[in-house]
Amino acid sequence: MFTPHTESEIASMLKTVGVSRLEDLFKVVPESCRYPNLDLPAALTEMEARQELELLSEANETAHDLACFLGAGVYNHYSPAAVDAIIRRGEFMTAYTPYQPEISQGTLQAIFEYQSLIASLTGMEVCNASHYDGATACAEAAVMAFHMFRGKRSRIVLSPAVHPHYRQTIRTYLQGYPDLTITGDETGVDLQQNPSTLISSIDENTCLVLVQYPDFFGRIYELKAIMDAAHAVGALVAVSSDPVSLGLLTPPGDLGADIVTGEGQSLGLPLSFGGPYLGIFATKKEYIHKIAGRLVGETIDKDGKRAFVLTLTAREQHIRRERATSNICTNQGLMALASTVYLSLIGKSGLKQVAALSYQKAHYAFKRLTQLPGYQAWSSSPFFNEFVIKCPKPVDEINFHLLDHGILGGYDLGLTYPELKDHMLVACTEVNTRQEIDGLVNVLSEVTHE
Amino acid sequence: MNIPKELKYEKTDEWVKVDGKNATIGISDYAQEQLSDIVYVDISLSAGDKVKKGSVIATIESVKAAADVNMPVSGTVLEVNNALSDIPEKVNSDPYVTAWLVKVELDDPQEVTGLMDGAAYEKYCAERAH
Repeated sequence: MFTPHTESEIASMLKTVGVSRLEDLFKVVPESCRYPNLDLPAALTEMEARQELELLSEANETAHDLACFLGAGVYNHYSPAAVDAIIRRGEFMTAYTPYQPEISQGTLQAIFEYQSLIASLTGMEVCNASHYDGATACAEAAVMAFHMFRGKRSRIVLSPAVHPHYRQTIRTYLQGYPDLTITGDETGVDLQQNPSTLISSIDENTCLVLVQYPDFFGRIYELKAIMDAAHAVGALVAVSSDPVSLGLLTPPGDLGADIVTGEGQSLGLPLSFGGPYLGIFATKKEYIHKIAGRLVGETIDKDGKRAFVLTLTAREQHIRRERATSNICTNQGLMALASTVYLSLIGKSGLKQVAALSYQKAHYAFKRLTQLPGYQAWSSSPFFNEFVIKCPKPVDEINFHLLDHGILGGYDLGLTYPELKDHMLVACTEVNTRQEIDGLVNVLSEVTHE
Repeated sequence: MNIPKELKYEKTDEWVKVDGKNATIGISDYAQEQLSDIVYVDISLSAGDKVKKGSVIATIESVKAAADVNMPVSGTVLEVNNALSDIPEKVNSDPYVTAWLVKVELDDPQEVTGLMDGAAYEKYCAERAH
């Protein structure tokens, strides 16, 4: 057992508080509860414990053991071994951005490079040092837009095709804003026609229009019409995007977005049972004083050498004190670093290739699956690496069957969209082989015949 | 320290210059000195806004802190010095003239009598220096 104090220190402390034994401190706890007899098996040695735990962990099946067609916000892309090797270097061991930041030039430079890469990828002017994940980055866009208009605009138009978890997180973040209305994603809205039907909800009281592109159902759609409608009444537009898709698609920034957020997991981070992930947040230069978190900038030191500084932390507690409206002290430094290393390693053409392969494989899967009797395409919109397919049986039943064949099936949309019962969201990445996709098609065709 | 005698001052270091039923508002020399180098001024008002005494009207950000500016009197905003966002350093160099923040029409010109005069404010600043 780890004991930080010596016997004499403990004796001295007990004397000071006026009790004779350590046990006396727990007298208020009923005696029967104080030291109950626990029915535990005999203690194991480290070696035995490890063997037992390893045996248990072998019962797990992960994306490495299965052919993975599950996406819905996080994607099973390949991450080169060098990413992990580089981020584990001793120099990067402390990913925490320190309160005397300029002493850690390496950390600041890594964040600066991250910001530059993401700004370029999203088509925006500035990018902050990151948030926890795609959901919290999206919620920060809502908070920022609300404050931009100083509470004078109280309506947020939210697309129902934004990731359901992100929409929950936005509502959690904004639950303390009593006058704010979040509209657009009510149950019963026509998901097929969205997000373009959002346009009719945009009015002069709207501070933000928040959409996902490609949307949660994988669709690529006319983004400009929504942008124009929002900008016509002076509202901001935030777009949540999978950064890998931007290897192929026109960046939302180039289409006029005021804020671009995203889940950075697809940039070389492991699935890792749900995190840690990376919240991307990029915006226009004119809004830098309104953003949460921090910005690292480049300057020169007193000898004229290139140096990095924590340029802006406009809403953080060490500058705003008790009036701070952002507390992202620990940005996802290590994850931002991993995505920076990933992007640097694969480069522009590599990212384009990852995006193109994911696109093509998803389209091959779509073509084969929609030819199967009993399976139907849900939408005729163009899509990126994910699509919705209507199944002849409940998705959980199908997925159970797929698992028997070493296949991790798609997301059961009925879980979050009741009207999409029996609809599966299927994702492909460059990792999926043609054999895997053919295997999926074969098993799904068997399901119909049972 | 420069404390013009003809102005009125609030405990939170804003000055008020009264001109009939109108008033101009800014932050004092003492306040700018405490903040040190000012890098950003964000005035959260526009003409026509009705503002109550005590509400936050601006945020001034320096290299070491960001501070809120409070409304020292109640009134209706006539004009906002938006030019300051491009020349925030003027709050340091010229807090009483170039770096005024807002002009308002007073709800009640009598309200300013509750504020400190130059002499009282000078004493107030000296006390805080210790």
